[in-house]
Amino acid sequence: MAFQEHEKKKTTSSEEVVSPNTPSAMHTSPIDLGHIEVLQILNEHGEVDSGLEPDFSDEKLLEVYRSMVLARAFDKRMMTMQRQGRMGTFAPNIGQEACIVGQVTSLTKDDWFSPSYRSFGAQIMRGWSMKHLMRLWAGFHDGFPPPKDVNDLPFSIVIGSHVLPAVGIGMGMNYKKKRDCVLVNYGDGASSQGAVSEALNFAAVYKAPVIFICENNGWAISTPTKKQSANEVLATHGVAHGMPSIRVDGNDILAMMCATKEATNRARNGEGPTFIEAITYRMSLHTTADDPKVYRNDEEVKVWESRCPIKRFETYLTNKGILDADSIEKMVTSCNDEAIQARDAFYAMPPADPTEIFDHLFNTIPEELQKQKEEYLKRLHQKGVDE
Amino acid sequence: MSKLTMVEAINLALSEEMERDENVCMLGEDIGVNGGVFRATKDLQKKYGEERVMDTPLAECGIVGTAIGMAVYGVRPVVEIQFSGFTMQAFDQIEQNMARLRNRTRGKYNIPIVLRTPFGGGIRAVEHHSESREAYWAHTPGLKVVIPSGPRNARALLAAAIREDDPIIFYEPKAVYRAFREDVPDKPEIMEIGKAEVVRTGKDITLISYGAMMRPCKEAVNDLADDHGIDVELIDLLTISPMDTETLAASVQKTGRCIIVHEGQRTCGVAAEIIARLNEVVFEFLEAPIKRITGFDIPFPYFQVEEHFLPESEEIILAIKDTIDWQ
Repeated sequence: MAFQEHEKKKTTSSEEVVSPNTPSAMHTSPIDLGHIEVLQILNEHGEVDSGLEPDFSDEKLLEVYRSMVLARAFDKRMMTMQRQGRMGTFAPNIGQEACIVGQVTSLTKDDWFSPSYRSFGAQIMRGWSMKHLMRLWAGFHDGFPPPKDVNDLPFSIVIGSHVLPAVGIGMGMNYKKKRDCVLVNYGDGASSQGAVSEALNFAAVYKAPVIFICENNGWAISTPTKKQSANEVLATHGVAHGMPSIRVDGNDILAMMCATKEATNRARNGEGPTFIEAITYRMSLHTTADDPKVYRNDEEVKVWESRCPIKRFETYLTNKGILDADSIEKMVTSCNDEAIQARDAFYAMPPADPTEIFDHLFNTIPEELQKQKEEYLKRLHQKGVDE
Repeated sequence: MSKLTMVEAINLALSEEMERDENVCMLGEDIGVNGGVFRATKDLQKKYGEERVMDTPLAECGIVGTAIGMAVYGVRPVVEIQFSGFTMQAFDQIEQNMARLRNRTRGKYNIPIVLRTPFGGGIRAVEHHSESREAYWAHTPGLKVVIPSGPRNARALLAAAIREDDPIIFYEPKAVYRAFREDVPDKPEIMEIGKAEVVRTGKDITLISYGAMMRPCKEAVNDLADDHGIDVELIDLLTISPMDTETLAASVQKTGRCIIVHEGQRTCGVAAEIIARLNEVVFEFLEAPIKRITGFDIPFPYFQVEEHFLPESEEIILAIKDTIDWQ
């Protein structure tokens, strides 16, 4: 109120200086960020909002459901392997399956995906095999490159550093007059990075076909969202940069599918970027090297258990008559088996090749680097590890 | 042949490469209508359009980061960072992605970016406008660092850089931008990246430098020949990384003496690297310790005193005479 009165007083002053291309400060009104609705189609009890219910085919719904179950099976298998000392440090995805899987359901092979490191379900859907992902997290260089014909960036480790290149890919699509799009995800922590703000700005200025998924899972390691940002509605970051922005219940698979579908349509139609804040929760550890008991209350976790994305989707699909207790059990078993097969295939893969670490930095290895490589190979030979 | 300044020669190379390959585009602050603050991109937007010569928001990290994505997608961006001091804003993207995305993806994605930026002192510029931090980039695995010294090699090296599939930091010595004109051939010319050039052959001592420091070196070499009968072999490094050790070593093997001149700071600088390499390969041919004349390990001083910070020909002459007389 005080602010509005102040404005009024200023506009009544008699003398105004107006620059030719800048609107007078006296004519600007405070930006109204408005109330940003949270899109929810499937509530935590699995009840659907019939006015918003999308008409995805049963096959599509079952495929997405299986991807979520598989993501969880993969996650659990990875955790077991890690605790057995047979897997490196990794970031569990448990509880975020709707958000992670849902976001890529509208992408095609020609679209690009630039993930953060907590994106298993999405990567599997994009065509990364589970043994490939295991190879990656177990410390093998050959796990990093995306599979052939998969247009993804490798996930980023430096928080938020993959968002600008994703926007650049979108600018490249505009440059080459392609009607594809790029989807990039990052967390509430990354939203504090300057480079992420720059990425939003560039995307909006160049109308790049980019979908930003800000996965607000409540925690950046031990820092809660409320300490990350004074404005907890992270979707306003999109609004501030001049793009359509929405908040979505990130544990509601239907809402995630619908929101990203609309955003990808906009991008393909040349309407530029969209910002989606997906509200979800990191049920498990930041990474396997983390202990959340140090900084957060179990009560909070319990509340989110009741909002499980897989459970509510199961209820919906059961009510819809395309799933029952028996088929659920079969699906879970087959996903667990698939994760075990991936584990076995991963264990059967050859050991890391220590000789190739110099070979990919440049198109042609420079002379000095070649010398260093020879010195290194000699070292390997002395240690007896070459063949 | 036309007599061009370095800025004009750079403009020519950019125009020729954009003409040759429609995937070559440019991103930078004020490079469009304004033609860049040094006019290196003058009239290019008029010629090639806003989609190919892109005025960007004022965010260096954003410029480099988005250029990386464009490069992944098969575009070949030439980025202009207005002054090399501002490149620090983009350090994150240069280090995390530009230099290593090829390595991370085991060669699946190339990053053919040329990051052009004016560097060095001597033009009475404000703070943060005179840095020479080439050692940072040479220290970063995955980058090539190229520094021309005159109009002709600037044009030929820039064209070569734009055609390379690896990321390149292209440092332009802004003190040379309009310092002199040189014959530049009418036909496009390419110089190989990674090769130093023996600018003058000599038998008594090897003098190695690059960029704007080649001018005081040339003055010193001429004075020493005229007044003292000292025959200096002068080498223009041209590519800082990967360094042409072979050419440097062959020269020092012949002369037995060496001096290195650069305006960048001394500690862990380019001269330090050259000395280490020469010690490895031609130690037994050395007649005297290798000397370096460099910027001091302080931030570049404000312009009222910058002339005292930058190496000058008198100093180079003294150092050469000292090294010749060393026993």
